[in-house]
Amino acid sequence: MKSKELESSAKEKKKEILNDLRGFGSNLYNQMEKGKFPWVEMPSRSTENIFYSPEVRQYILGDKSVKRSARNIRHIKPFTQMVWAGFFASELVKNRKTSTLRDVYYSAQAYEMSFKDQPDLETATGFAREDFNVFPEERSAIFGDLTIEYTVPGYEGKQLNLTSHPDGVMIGPSLVSSEFAKTGCDKVIAIEKGGLFTRFIEERVHKKFNALLVLTAGQAPRATRHFIHRLNRELELPVFIFTDGDPWGMHIAMVIISGSANAAHLRGLTTPDAKWGGVYATDIVDYKLPSDPLTPVDVKRLHELTKDPRYKGELWKREIKTFLKIKKKAEQEAFSRYGLTYIVDKYLPAKLEEMGD
Amino acid sequence: MTFQEISPADFFYRNRDIAGFTNPSRAIFASIRELVENSLDSADQMNIPPEVHVRLSEENSDTANESGTGVYRLKIMDNGSGISARHIPSAFGQVLFGSKYTLKQARGTFGLGGTMAILYGQITTHKPVIIKSSTGTSKIYEYKLMIDIQRNRPLILDRKTRRNKEQWRGTIVEYSLEGDYLRAMSKILEYLKQTALVTPYADIRFIDPKGRLYLFTRATKKMPPPPTETLAHPYGVDVETIQRLIRVTDCRNLLDFMRKHFHRVGQGISLSFLDFAGFLRTANPQRLKPEDVARLVETIKKSNKFRKIFGKVTEEDIKSLLKKSKSQSMLDFMKSNFPNVEKNIILHLLSSAGFVRTKNPRKLRPSEIVRLVRMMKRFDGFLPPDASCLSPLGEELLRTGILKELKPQFIAVSQRKPSTYAGHPFIVETAIAYGGDIPRKDDFVVYRFANRIPLLYDEASDVSVRVIRSINWRRYKVSSDMPLAILVHVCSTKVPYKTVGKEFIADRPEVKSEILNGIREVARRLQIFLSKQEHRAKERRRLSVFSKYLPKIAKFSTDLAGKKKEPDIEVLLRSVKKFEEQGA
Repeated sequence: MKSKELESSAKEKKKEILNDLRGFGSNLYNQMEKGKFPWVEMPSRSTENIFYSPEVRQYILGDKSVKRSARNIRHIKPFTQMVWAGFFASELVKNRKTSTLRDVYYSAQAYEMSFKDQPDLETATGFAREDFNVFPEERSAIFGDLTIEYTVPGYEGKQLNLTSHPDGVMIGPSLVSSEFAKTGCDKVIAIEKGGLFTRFIEERVHKKFNALLVLTAGQAPRATRHFIHRLNRELELPVFIFTDGDPWGMHIAMVIISGSANAAHLRGLTTPDAKWGGVYATDIVDYKLPSDPLTPVDVKRLHELTKDPRYKGELWKREIKTFLKIKKKAEQEAFSRYGLTYIVDKYLPAKLEEMGD
Repeated sequence: MTFQEISPADFFYRNRDIAGFTNPSRAIFASIRELVENSLDSADQMNIPPEVHVRLSEENSDTANESGTGVYRLKIMDNGSGISARHIPSAFGQVLFGSKYTLKQARGTFGLGGTMAILYGQITTHKPVIIKSSTGTSKIYEYKLMIDIQRNRPLILDRKTRRNKEQWRGTIVEYSLEGDYLRAMSKILEYLKQTALVTPYADIRFIDPKGRLYLFTRATKKMPPPPTETLAHPYGVDVETIQRLIRVTDCRNLLDFMRKHFHRVGQGISLSFLDFAGFLRTANPQRLKPEDVARLVETIKKSNKFRKIFGKVTEEDIKSLLKKSKSQSMLDFMKSNFPNVEKNIILHLLSSAGFVRTKNPRKLRPSEIVRLVRMMKRFDGFLPPDASCLSPLGEELLRTGILKELKPQFIAVSQRKPSTYAGHPFIVETAIAYGGDIPRKDDFVVYRFANRIPLLYDEASDVSVRVIRSINWRRYKVSSDMPLAILVHVCSTKVPYKTVGKEFIADRPEVKSEILNGIREVARRLQIFLSKQEHRAKERRRLSVFSKYLPKIAKFSTDLAGKKKEPDIEVLLRSVKKFEEQGA
């Protein structure tokens, strides 16, 4: 455990963020004091400047940068929104409050501003909006033997073991900003669907496999991806991901592993060593799972994925090929055909072994 | 089979459709229009700003049947020239009698309209017309007339003479007619409005059968210069015209005849034309007498111009040249001995020296008259007619009229240079007006005028409308839903109407191209206006964007930077403004 070192990291980051925002504001302020239109320079997020980096194993921004100036009539509105977002974030961080995107939207109206979730401030400062305490509505949860220590106001120093609630604990702002105190687990299992997450808890998968269970609830929110990243980085836990057996499920796993092009300006959201455990197309064949035929949209999506640089690995190539061959897909719940506990008793151990746990 | 001759009045009685008296609604419109135009013309002739009062009242409501047709009494009063006592009966009681059979621009042309209106009244109500008129003398003449349709003669029922104490001048016409005012109302009002637009110096007052007063007050007392009467242009005449001229002329030779009776034909052009047409002979050099030679040399000596061209020429020189020459005409003789001198100068010299002979026009044979007319059309040396016989409104008055009636936001007017078709001079005036009282419709409002008469019917057939449709308006930033009025005014001694009803103008290529160029001209100016307006609106939006967001950036940055005092952004806002002004 590196808890001592980690303890300060959240607070350090807060200080760093505030410093950064002040610098950001001072820069604009000084420009205006000199009678100049304020401007900032930031990496370009245009598609020709987004590259997949095999070294970092995620999408990154290239060297091209853009200048955003308040002198430009087309820039001034997003520019103002960016400055306002910075102002709002600094208020949140200073007062140690959190907010949702909807809150930001309505707060903006108080200043006669319209707000769009635009990543300019993230790009300009290099911080994710979650760092500024702005979160989307949360749906994802975690369950397992991990003790965390809150840093949010009123709970500082208070510890919680994440097995304490049988429905799991929501991955919200206070959890994301907390420090890791200790854990008895040796792996993380991420699950796409809420039904299966509940089944795993009921079947005591966390005990049987000594695992932390994370519910992504579909496409994992950025805060959840960051949290999985921290579990992998700070606690050195291997991560296994279980999704539906279709192109969309594959991609849920892939975004946790390698990130998305939309977040190419951010780091700390990916877990390159995480592994996708299924449902594979080959599982549909091997386990004779009840399945549905692929829709034309599914097929189109599979063809897109073949061109995606993140899908260069052997496993991915094999599964895409198999999907296209059998033209079938299956949900995680399909294992219930063999009894409710089949997936935990038979499938999961086999998979974990296959992935080299 | 029986043959019979009918009088002009009878002809129009039987064919009143061609004069625009098609049905009760058209008839009441045409009546008002013809009489108003006569009134305006008569005031224009005196060069005094017209005042025209029109009163239409329902005479007998019993006669009004379900179709809306009824008997109305129409009274029109003007301050025009008035008509001398002896002409009153014919002017109003005889079809095709008038003062407008001259070559100068007037609203009326056929001497038909006024009498036609009265004729229509008579045949629908069988009541006489009452005319009161004075030319400003000590007397006012009052006639009660009917028309003898079969003989095309006025029947005078009564006549009175009154003392003109107030020196009133003008004409009052009052008579009854069958009509349908309700159906004609919108056209009549539109007609009066457009007349007021194109006659901004006129006061027009109309009281309708409901007792409502419509007042079109003049916006200026300035009038366009009156047209002068003009001679016929050679391109525009026919055999009949020449024969009539020959009957009245006192010229003894064609040279003088051409100069005296035709528009813009002088000695030089007359000579070249007659030579071109083969109507000109010169003396035979072989039979020249010594005094003829002396006269030729003397003519050269006396004129600076000839001296310069022919140099020093003595009688001996000519005589020796004559001895060698075999030429049969002086023209050939001079041409061969002075090859560098232009033909028209030689002709000029020969005519000055009295060697040119042309026929007496009275002695022309019919075949020669035909040839003369044909050659007139073929000769390209005639000058184009000048426009002094025309009376366009002028850009200033046109602008005044449009401003008065439409109150537009933007206006562009253009008067084209005089041009001709088939020997008839014409001038096209165009205007475009935008915004103001002009309604926003699916299509442009088109105002068509010919010799200051609004044309209200058969719009789709009119040359102006065709021209407007042929233009690609997008090029001028114009779309059809804009509040836009286009005005075309064609002035001519002979407007190329297609019908006697004077409703629309035919597709004469010369007229068409002038209209097209005129509209393009004003459309270009509209385009500039629209671009500027668009630019200004854009700049206003721009400025408002800056003044909305810059203060916010200043406030939030101040807060972020942890400063107390906000930076001064006035400088920045001013710089944006200054830039816009330079850019505009």
